[in-house]
Formats: sequence, structure tokens, C-alpha cells
Amino acid sequence: MTTEPAPHEPEPDASKPTRRASAEAMAAKQRDISVSEFFQKNRHLLGFDNPAKALLTTIKEACDNALDACEEAGILPTLLVVVDEVSDGRYRVRVEDNGPGIVKEQIPKIFAKLLYGSKFHRLRQSRGQQGIGISAAGMYGQLTTGQPVIVVSKIGKGRPAWRVAVRIDGRKNEPKVLNDKNDTAEWEKDHGTSVEIELTGLYRGGRTSVDAYLEQTVVANPHLELTYRPPKGLPVHFPRASDVLPPEAQEIKPHPHGVELGMLLKILHESGKRTVKMTLMEEFSRVTAGVADELCARAGIDPNGQAQRADAAKVEALHGVMVASNAAMPPIKRFAATLAKSDRSLRDALLEDASGFTPALAELVVRRAGMEPSVRARIVTPTQVEHLFDAVAKSQVRILPPPANCVVPVGEGLIMEGLKRRFQAEFFTSHTRPPAVYRGNPFVVEAGIAFGGSLSKEDSAEVLRFANRVPLLYQPRACAIHEAVLKVDWKSYGLQQRKGELPVGPLAIFVHLASVWVPFTSEAKEAVAHYDEVVREIRLALMECGRKLGTWVRAQQAERWESQRKSLFEKYIVELAASIHAITNVPEGKVREDFANALPNHVNIPAPAADTLVGAPVDEADATPPGPEVRPSTPPPAPADEAEAAPFEDGPSKPAKKKKGS
Amino acid sequence: MAKKKTTTTGTPSIPGLADAPPEGRALDARDRKTLQKIEMLAMEALAAVRLGKNPSLSIPVRALSNVSFDAEAGLIRLGDARQGRSFFHLKQAKLFMQTFLIAEHCKKFIEAGATTSIRDIYYAAKHSVAGTKENTFEDQSESDPIIEDLEVSIDALREELHLRAENRGSMVGPMTIRDTGDTIDLRRMGSGGWSIPSIVEPGRLDFVNTEAEFVLFIEKSAVWARLNEDRYWQTAKCMLLHGSGMAARGTRRLLRRMHEELKLPVYVVTDNDPWGFYIYSVIKQGSINLAYESMRMAVPKARFLGVMSSDIERFAIPKITAMAVTDEDSSRIDQIMRYEWFQSKRWQEELALMKKTGKKYEIEALSSKGIRYITQEYIPQKLRGRRGDAWLD
Repeated sequence: MTTEPAPHEPEPDASKPTRRASAEAMAAKQRDISVSEFFQKNRHLLGFDNPAKALLTTIKEACDNALDACEEAGILPTLLVVVDEVSDGRYRVRVEDNGPGIVKEQIPKIFAKLLYGSKFHRLRQSRGQQGIGISAAGMYGQLTTGQPVIVVSKIGKGRPAWRVAVRIDGRKNEPKVLNDKNDTAEWEKDHGTSVEIELTGLYRGGRTSVDAYLEQTVVANPHLELTYRPPKGLPVHFPRASDVLPPEAQEIKPHPHGVELGMLLKILHESGKRTVKMTLMEEFSRVTAGVADELCARAGIDPNGQAQRADAAKVEALHGVMVASNAAMPPIKRFAATLAKSDRSLRDALLEDASGFTPALAELVVRRAGMEPSVRARIVTPTQVEHLFDAVAKSQVRILPPPANCVVPVGEGLIMEGLKRRFQAEFFTSHTRPPAVYRGNPFVVEAGIAFGGSLSKEDSAEVLRFANRVPLLYQPRACAIHEAVLKVDWKSYGLQQRKGELPVGPLAIFVHLASVWVPFTSEAKEAVAHYDEVVREIRLALMECGRKLGTWVRAQQAERWESQRKSLFEKYIVELAASIHAITNVPEGKVREDFANALPNHVNIPAPAADTLVGAPVDEADATPPGPEVRPSTPPPAPADEAEAAPFEDGPSKPAKKKKGS
Repeated sequence: MAKKKTTTTGTPSIPGLADAPPEGRALDARDRKTLQKIEMLAMEALAAVRLGKNPSLSIPVRALSNVSFDAEAGLIRLGDARQGRSFFHLKQAKLFMQTFLIAEHCKKFIEAGATTSIRDIYYAAKHSVAGTKENTFEDQSESDPIIEDLEVSIDALREELHLRAENRGSMVGPMTIRDTGDTIDLRRMGSGGWSIPSIVEPGRLDFVNTEAEFVLFIEKSAVWARLNEDRYWQTAKCMLLHGSGMAARGTRRLLRRMHEELKLPVYVVTDNDPWGFYIYSVIKQGSINLAYESMRMAVPKARFLGVMSSDIERFAIPKITAMAVTDEDSSRIDQIMRYEWFQSKRWQEELALMKKTGKKYEIEALSSKGIRYITQEYIPQKLRGRRGDAWLD
């Protein structure tokens, strides 16, 4: 600045930019921004953007931690959630669990230091992931009310229940204990932890309410016993629906199918003195010596070379081979036909019509087949298509899918138990998909459906979204689960659906995504990111449930239809009998009896058994349509002329015209 | 249950109502036959249902698809196509029940020796279906076709079922008749004429004497009234009838009887439009809906006197009296042109011309030439020139 000449008194000139601060002055202000400071300013990222959401997020984080702790310790969780309105707009939240407790020294850091935790550094399914949530809740409480977080924890029978009041130092991201370090509390439990946070909030009802969150938590966690004391109204108690603790999730390494190039480079780079082969075997799941050799052979990389020194181009080739293993081509004839009609490049056609391809992989196999990725799909010859299929096959190494024990689904049976605990419905079904992979992370999708009963017929379906058993209440439209629900054609399962909208009908949809690393769209963990693999798996799970629902709905309709037919005929038999009696003098009662006796031959429903079958819930897998299956052993309808065939012409799709007696 | 029927220990399966009529009134052979037909219909349904079968009626199809034109006899005849009407069928159950309800009431009227209108029977049979808010018939338009179904399915005439429609059409002329026992001189009927009943069967209606030489049927009552006022029937020695539009069953049957029994030629005057032409064709060849009665009602030798397109030039009818052919008229023209009995070259030309010019004329258009033009000029001239002029047949 001093180099600039100043012949005259500088006159302020608005058109010229003036320097406002020197580099030195700025440097004086530049320093580390602590995570806590960052999140104080950007608290919306953690789910504290408004008072109602802040209250919910606080409860959610405390419950997540409690449940994780109980499950890790192998304890069936019993939770108590208490929300008191201290004064207008100010609440005190207390969440108490029967978990293993926390060692006294760790308490301050766990509750008052952001990014402190055990879960971030491992690849394993848990509710909490990053060690931010509960400390952020405490920080939010501290910011809005000035009150510290009060923790009481006891790790075993006969041990003291330590009471710690702790604040977070926002600048340093360090905890500060306020009370005497030997404070203890009266605690009747053998072990457990209680967290109390006072904060400014808003208690309200609706889709995103605390009540909704807890109700849904109960659905996804049938092994949970929960007592909830809301600020208004009576306490709610949810007894345990299952005494079986979900199996413990195993820590795993990434799977080769979904690894990103950057990650592979990093892994190889940090491999120390190990060989490529050893690194692959030790850092990835499902990579045996044989698999590692084959991967290297196809990529043209020396398996015994030092991993650190691997040539970048060869690493790229290796990456191609690893992810290619997940790619699947459509049938060759259909693919050739698609290409012939396509306006796209071969690369784009491959990305769109085959599955498991990344842009890089598509380019790689097209080049291997001796073509340019940008070549127009339309001009590709049948021989070249064969080359392309060969190239894909040659790039692929058979690798086992990721181990299923690293992800713990709720399970089909328990999803139904959970749904039954929450909804008064007529039909329940569920489906758990086999494990799949996105970006090397195994995940499992589960879906469940509750239908009919007290669910509203006029409203859109209620979608319950869960990630690692945690309900997701906010941002449904930004969520991959929501997108997948929209992508399913619910009309084919007998529901109404406008294009691009949720189905309408007495339907509740449950979707659970279990993964070692759930791909959330933000740190607030509100919505699942749109990975194709994830959306596809959710869709498939929903479609499976949909098919079972469709079968049931159609059977119900057929049954309803049959009973309508029956009552229609019964109604007219009375009239007809009166007329026939008047004409023939045959006693009216006798005519009625004759017609009533013939009725079952022409209606596919047994008269007495029908009522008992209506509305009976159907069990999951064997969704056998009730009613029409059962028939009395009356002889089949005799006349097979047109008059006999005609009655069915305008009925709805019926299970079968002529069923043998059961 | 079939056993009971054969042993007849209880009620006789086909009770001899026809043999022993209630109220001690003797039924004639015709009525007994009709009653038997109704009873057979009910017994057949009952027999079918006792075997566990779906009771079904077989009803001849009354639609264009099932009529054919017998060019030799000059009649529209009903074909053989039949449709089933079953009880155990969602859409047919009610119709089946309704058919028997109508049959039941017809039986009551026959036994009582009474005749009733189709409107009466609608009310008689209308009630709510037991235990529901639904009615056996919502509307007369529901019961009327059921009556026709019953007629054709048991092959009984409407009058055999003791049913009549409302009176429609009038007649005057030099004739004395006996109508249900009353002798009536049709020369002294004043301005309104004798109202033609729907049942004009021998026994109910008999011709006593007449000086009439031909029969003139006029589509419109207003034109007929004009002719009656001038006592045209007296000067021309004709029976003068109108049908208030389409000739009803009674009118058609009467025309047929006068033609057949009294050997009187029948002439028809209608508007110059497709509807008028069709009225003429119904009198001459019969209708689609009542094709099963063509033999008793049609007058194949009936002649079309007018108004035809050539009359406009010939009688110099002012063009200003023309009316525009509407879309509805136009589609009716197309429809008629496809009927088998309108296939003669002259009719096709007549219809095509009307469509082309887009003009139609009412009979009243003739009045633009003077109040008595129709009686003094038009009809006499048309009748006089009937030999020279090729008939629009």
C-alpha cells in the first residue's frame, strides 16, 4: 500500500476500490475456527434451526446415544423420556436409560466436546455416527438458557452414581465441569445414564412432533421399552414387543464394488510397506488371495509390487476392475435393440440401460471393446456389441457380496410387530432385501406396509422413514426414501396415485435403511442422499411389499364383490319368490328355499364361513387370499352355456372362476 | 324336491287356474292359453333352479341386427336371434325379477277379466324391494320394455296380456262401428273424432257398415282437424285418421284391419322430412321394435301421397316455407338410407336430394297457397293423378 503514490490529499473516490484492511491486520484475526464455534453459527446444519426442531433434535440425540449404548452392551433398553415446560417456551428434557453407564472421566468429553466419540472411526452400523449430536444439543441449551448439561451415570451395582454438570467452552471445544467432581446422586438402578438439558423450544403436535418421533422409534425398535412423560397430558408407556436384542453389528472394511478412486489411492498410499495384494486383502472385505490376484491380473498391475509405488494409471485400471465386478448388463439382444433406437452416445446408453456402471467404468469398458465412449449408440454394430459384452465380462471378477452381519436389519417379523404396535390396520407385510453396496458401504433396505383398518382412506399414505432404526421426520421431499416411494407404481397394487405424488389410501409405508454409513444429505441427518443403488433397493423392497398388498387387496375386492353379488341375489330372490308363488301357487317359502339352495352354485363364496374370514389379517409371506379359496363341496355349476359364462363378464378380476373344493 | 313335484301331494305344480278361474268368471280359450304360457315360464324357472341351474329366459332380440326385410311380402320380419336373461347374473338379476313381476300382474288382470294400461301396470308392480330403498321399477321407461320382453318371450300379444297403451290418434268417416258393445256412427263425431283405442281386435271392435272407398292417414292432428272441419271425408268418401305423429299400435292394427277386411286402399300424408317418411314406412312395412307383429299390423300396399320433393315444383309451393335440415335430421336421413326397406331407387334419390338441398317441408306449407288448398287441390290432385305418377313406394 505504501508503494502507491499519493501526490494529493486522497479524495474519497467511490468508483475506485479502497483497501479496508491490510494483510497483517487480517492475519491477526486469522486463527483456528473451532468446530463448536462453527456449529454455533451454523446450528441449522445440526438440526437446531427452530425451537420446535431443537426440542426434537435434543430428544432424538439423547435417545440415539442411549439405544446405541444399551445395544453395544447387550442390554435390552428401557428408556424414560421426560419433557417439562419450565416456563413459557423453555423446556427441560431428561432422557434416562438402563445402559452400561459412562466412566466418570469420560462424561465431560462425551457431553461437552464436539466430534468426540467412538463411532466415527469405524465402519459399523450405529445410530450416532460422528459424535456431534448430544454435545451440540447441550451447546444449544447452554446458548439459549445458560444452563449446563446435567449427567448422572452409574456403571454397576454398588458403584456411585456420579452427577456432573458440564458446559462447553465454545472457543476451545473443550468441556468445563461446573460442580464438585465428587458429586453423587441417589440412583436406584444398577447402571445407566441420565442426561438433562434445558433449552428454548416449542412443543407441538403433527408430523414432526416429539410424539411422532417416539411413536416411530417404537415401531423400528420392537425390543425397546419406552415411557414418555409429555409436558401436557398423561404419560405414555410402550411395553417391549420383543425380548430379542438385535444381533450385534460387526465392524467391516469397505467392499471393492463401491470404492471410489480417491479412496483407493489413499488406501494404497497409506499402505506402508505392504504389497498391492496384501493391501487389497487387508483393507477390503471379501478380497481373498485369489480375488486379489485376479483383480491385479486384469488391471495389469503387479500384485507383489509395493502398493505405495503403484503407478496412477494402473491404480485407475485396478479401480475399474474392482467396480466393474458390480456391473450388470441387460440381455444382449435387448441391449442391441435399445442401442439401435438410441439417440445417445454409447457411454450414456450404457449408464442408462445397464446397472452398476460409473461414468469412468463405462468409458473403460467401451475403450476396451475398441470403441470411443462418445460414439453414437445407433451406429454400433452387433459384432461391436458382442465385443462390448466380452469387455465387460473380462473386466469382472466374481467377488462375494459384503457380509450381511455388518448390517443389522430389524427383520421382517419384527417390522410387522412394530407396525402392529403403532397402527390398527387389517393387513401387514414386510420385506428385507439382501445386502447391497453403495460406495463400498454395505446396506440393507427393509420395507413394511400397514393397510386398511383405522388408517384414513382419503389421505396420502403415511411414510415412516428410518435410518439405522432412527426415525427421519424432516425434509421428506429431499429424501431418497420418499423418491423411491414415488417411483413405485402403486396403482398396480390397487391404490390410487397421481403422477409424481404419494399413493392415496389407508396405507402406512415403513422403510428402513440400515448401513454402516448412512448417506445423509446433511449433518442434521434428516434425509437420505439419492444414491441410485439406494433408491433402487428401496424401490425393490417396496415393490415386493406392494405385490403382497395387491394380492390381498384384490382378494378382498373379490370377496366384497362376491358378497355384494350374494346380497343382490338374495334381495331379488324375495321378490321373485313372491311373483312365482302368485303365478304357480307353489308356497313362497319353498320357492325361496329352492333359489337359496342354488345360489352357492353361482356365487363363489360359502355362505356361513364368509363372515369369519372378512378382515382377518394375513401373515406376511403367505398372503393367500382368504374367502374364495374355500368352497363347500357342492357340485360345480352345471350349465356351461352362454348364460353361465355371461355372469362373470363385467366383474373385476377374480381369483378363479372354477375352484375345486378346498 | 323334484319328487314332490311329481307326486303332487301338496299343491299341484301347475295349478289349474285357467280351468277354475276365481270370482267365478269364465275365461275364454285365448285367456286360458295365455295364463298357461305365463305359468309355464315360472315353472321352467323353478325346475331349473331346483336342479341347481341358473334359470334363464330366452328373449328374441328386438334390434335392427335381428330384423330382416321380406321384400316379397313387403314386411319387416324378426330374426331368430335370442338373448338369454338369467337370474344369477349381476346385470340381469333385476330384469329377470321384473319380468316375473310383470307376468304376475298380467295374470291377475287376465283372471279378473280386466284390461289395464301399461302405465297402470307400472304403478301396480312398483314397490320397494323388501328390506331396501330400491324400487322394483324406478320409471315407466323401465317397465315398458319388460312388457315387450314378456310378450315376445311367451309369444303372446299385448291384448292377450290384457294390456293397452294410452289412446292415441282419431278417426272420422262414413262408417258405423261397434266398440265394446256400443254402436258408434263415425259420421257424427264432431270436431275431435273417435279416439282410437290401443286394442282394436275383433270382438272388441267390429265394423258394422261403411261407404268409405279409401283410408287417408294424416301424420298431424292439426291438418287432420282442418280436413275434418271441411268434412273432406264426406266429399271424398274416405276414412280419415291421424296418429298424433307416429301411428300407435292400435292405429296401425286398425289400418290393417280396414285394409284387409274392408279391402280399402290406404294413403298416407306426412311431413316432407325423414321422420315423416319413417312414419309411412312403419305403417307400410312395420317397425323394428314390433317386428314380431308386422304380420298383424303392416299394410304393405299402403301408398305415400306426400309430401314429396317433386310436389314443391309441381304445386309451386313457395320456397319460403322450406325449413332447414338440422344435424339431427341429417343423421336420421343417413340412418334411414341404410334400412333395407328404403333401398328403392326413388327413396334413395328422395333422401339424397333432401340432404343435398338441406330443405324440408311440413304439410302445413301447403296452406301458404290458401286455407282449403290441401283439401280442394292437393289431395284430390294427388289421388287423381295416382295412375300417371310413379309411386314413391
